[in-house]
Amino acid sequence: MAADTTAPGLPLAESDPDRPPASLQIRAWLARRTESVAIPLGAVAAGFLIFSLFLVALGKSPLAFLDLVWRGGFGSPFALQNSLQRAAPLLFAALCVALPARLGLVVIGGEGAIVLGGVAAAAAAQPLQGLSPLLAVPLMALAAVAAGAAWIGAVGALRAYRGVNETIASLLMSYIALALSNHLIEGWLRDPASLNKPSTAPIGEAFMVGALPGLDVHWGLGIGVLACLAAYALTERTTIGFAARIAGGNLRAAQIQGLPVGRLVVSFTALGGACAALAGFFEVAAVHGNANASLNAGFGYTGILVAFLARHNPLAILPVAFLLGGIEASSGLIQRRMQLPDATVLVLEGLLFLVVLVSETLYGRFKPFSPHLWAEKRRAVS
Amino acid sequence: MSAPAPSGALAIETVGMTKRFGGFTALDDVSMKIEAGGFHALLGENGAGKSTFVKCVMGFYPPSAGSVLIDGREAEITGPKGAQARGLGMVYQHFTLVPSLTGAENLVIGRADAPAILDWTAERAALADFMARMPFRLNLDRPVAELAAGEKQKLEIVKQLYLKARFLILDEPTSVLTPTEAEEVLGLLRGMADAGALTVLMISHKFREVEAFARSLSVLRRGRLVGGGAVGALSRDDMAAMMVGERTTRTIAARIGEPDRAREILRVEGLTATDVSGLRRIDVADLRVRAHEIVGIAGVSGNGQKELADVLGGQIRATGGRVAIQGEPYGGTRAESRRHRVRFIPEEPLRNACAPRMSVAENLAFRAFDRRGDDPDGPPTLWLDRRAMSRRAKDLIARFKVKTASSEAPIATLSGGNVQRAVLARELTDPVDLLIVVNPCFGLDFAAVAEIRSRIVAARNAGAAVLLISEDLDEILELSDRICVMSDGRLVYETPAAAAEAGVIGRHMAGHH
Repeated sequence: MAADTTAPGLPLAESDPDRPPASLQIRAWLARRTESVAIPLGAVAAGFLIFSLFLVALGKSPLAFLDLVWRGGFGSPFALQNSLQRAAPLLFAALCVALPARLGLVVIGGEGAIVLGGVAAAAAAQPLQGLSPLLAVPLMALAAVAAGAAWIGAVGALRAYRGVNETIASLLMSYIALALSNHLIEGWLRDPASLNKPSTAPIGEAFMVGALPGLDVHWGLGIGVLACLAAYALTERTTIGFAARIAGGNLRAAQIQGLPVGRLVVSFTALGGACAALAGFFEVAAVHGNANASLNAGFGYTGILVAFLARHNPLAILPVAFLLGGIEASSGLIQRRMQLPDATVLVLEGLLFLVVLVSETLYGRFKPFSPHLWAEKRRAVS
Repeated sequence: MSAPAPSGALAIETVGMTKRFGGFTALDDVSMKIEAGGFHALLGENGAGKSTFVKCVMGFYPPSAGSVLIDGREAEITGPKGAQARGLGMVYQHFTLVPSLTGAENLVIGRADAPAILDWTAERAALADFMARMPFRLNLDRPVAELAAGEKQKLEIVKQLYLKARFLILDEPTSVLTPTEAEEVLGLLRGMADAGALTVLMISHKFREVEAFARSLSVLRRGRLVGGGAVGALSRDDMAAMMVGERTTRTIAARIGEPDRAREILRVEGLTATDVSGLRRIDVADLRVRAHEIVGIAGVSGNGQKELADVLGGQIRATGGRVAIQGEPYGGTRAESRRHRVRFIPEEPLRNACAPRMSVAENLAFRAFDRRGDDPDGPPTLWLDRRAMSRRAKDLIARFKVKTASSEAPIATLSGGNVQRAVLARELTDPVDLLIVVNPCFGLDFAAVAEIRSRIVAARNAGAAVLLISEDLDEILELSDRICVMSDGRLVYETPAAAAEAGVIGRHMAGHH
């Protein structure tokens, strides 16, 4: 602005004194990339600091807490495998938030899609009995994916074509999914043999998905990692992902460019729902062996935290899900050793979420991370 | 509400009112006198300084120089509250009532001295007494959201009277009303003014209203008071001439070639559409733009230009009629605009044509990111080519002299002129058959304006058909080959630019056809 008014007639491009040297451009590149790591890390530290006050108020030592998180989540091969096992559904659940977020949508109904996916997989297993697992297991996964995609895709369609707020709609749809699943598990799909805990009929040993080679962690982790990599490629490396970012960055600009905004919204929400449903599929096919109320374990909600901490970047979801998986894995140990209620980890997660949301307002505020502010300073000096 | 407040119309006078924003003088030495019980109209084009003037009177802006006299005595008005205390009230173009509350609740909470705990029995009695003296009959027990636009406008006015306004400013009060509602509301206010209860200052674009209801008028042009007098002493042509001025300084940009009569690019027939609120309707009977031609659409803002642009840009759906480009129906999809080489440059480019938090390079890639090598003529591709994107961005930044710290900086960090340069760089780098631009120079500095206008003419000289929708009449006169005037959602007048008379255009813009 300043340069415009002071020298309107000058050929700006040639005599441009502001063109930064190469070294500065590299520093600028680094600075922009550091920001999205430094701010979430700072937020996690701040969240833990507030959580420490909570522990101190209860007369517990924050250091002892950290030590137990380390031992319960990361300190031994057993703990590590436990954390990875818990990280697997979080990867899928986080993608259900991160993919629609590319379009500027906040979808929080992943829990419903997980449960519905699990029920769909368990229901699909029944007519497939007797088939080769090589054929039946993918078909079960397909049933789960179709259910989840339809459920969250419907939220996207309501948003795109009817202007319904996707956050509220996904939350309400999640409750409907839970109610529907309970109805099916306790009604049509109920195994008469499940007396105390209503469940669907077991899918059978033959259809169970095994562990990753050399690990005691089921295949859900491997597929989850692949899903994150694929989501990264889709959002960052394809033109479809770029179109979604334009629509998320400015809906009007996307419409004026003639981009199919409605179709993008429906596709990305459906894809997110499909991912969440895969979490439900693995819970059934790799963990429980049937669908019951255990499916509703809150992965969908922890997934929201994972996605926000990862800033909706599918690659960053990998370490964040591992971290959160570890914290959840150590929850039992913390309860026993520190005599803390089982909601303690929820308190920590809630605090982290709050701090992460607040930290969203800090982007572009710190000079070391914002090269355009350096330039302004240099211009003002010269 | 203890001692009876003073009542009766106030006389208002401004002396040498001046307002500068930085180096720009929005209001220049305006002295205006409105007698007690007067009904005064304030006329002028968009940007003539009408809103700035009333905001200075109401104390929203501290004037750079000059003062306000109330009943002949100098009054320092420090803000809207101070204005209210002195008996000045203003009704805005847009509603300021709380939709979920009833009329009565809206009135009582608007009062500066409303107690923390309301005694509704007493308030109701007081309101009934107050309404008995009002010229409007209104049901105050219904939530405002259920009222029709005309009733809301009446309630806005009643609210100002309830707050003891004795001088009332109306900012284009009839833009949200049907003609019948407008006549009723203005007629009642004129009655109150004639009875000596109220002085009214009305901002208006409509000559018919001014002639029917105002007693005197003033005309502002580019921040200066250029004329005025008693209504009736001035003809409509006089008023239009005062509003738009002589325009002797108008320079026609260098044009090469005549409009190509044989090649019609854009054709709009019987197009109807409604905006989201459902209040504004457009009905464009016939609009054609040929190759090598700039068609300018002039009009006061809010007369349907935005809706026309939104339909052409694919943002709202037409309810009837058809839009054809080169003989084929056009719906604004990416494939259609690529095939017919259509470019759309909306107003306020940062808000409407860019993703503010994405980088300059990414914003520059919006048009060609889905083509191989980021080349607009390349074959479609699924994989994003970041390197080509960055190369093309650097090339465009240099060619269009976009000033930015780096091609990786968020585009929101650029100045307005540079955002517009970036958008033009994106949209005008290769052959264009149809260019639609809306208010391209709004809010830009002088140097950027000249450059951007010359780029638009260059596109026309290269053979493009250009539809220029602008609220700046100078811009229309400078750039157009043919001029249409849009008023009340319709194209009401058309003239070749060579034969255009600013006064005639101004008269049509003011709703006098």
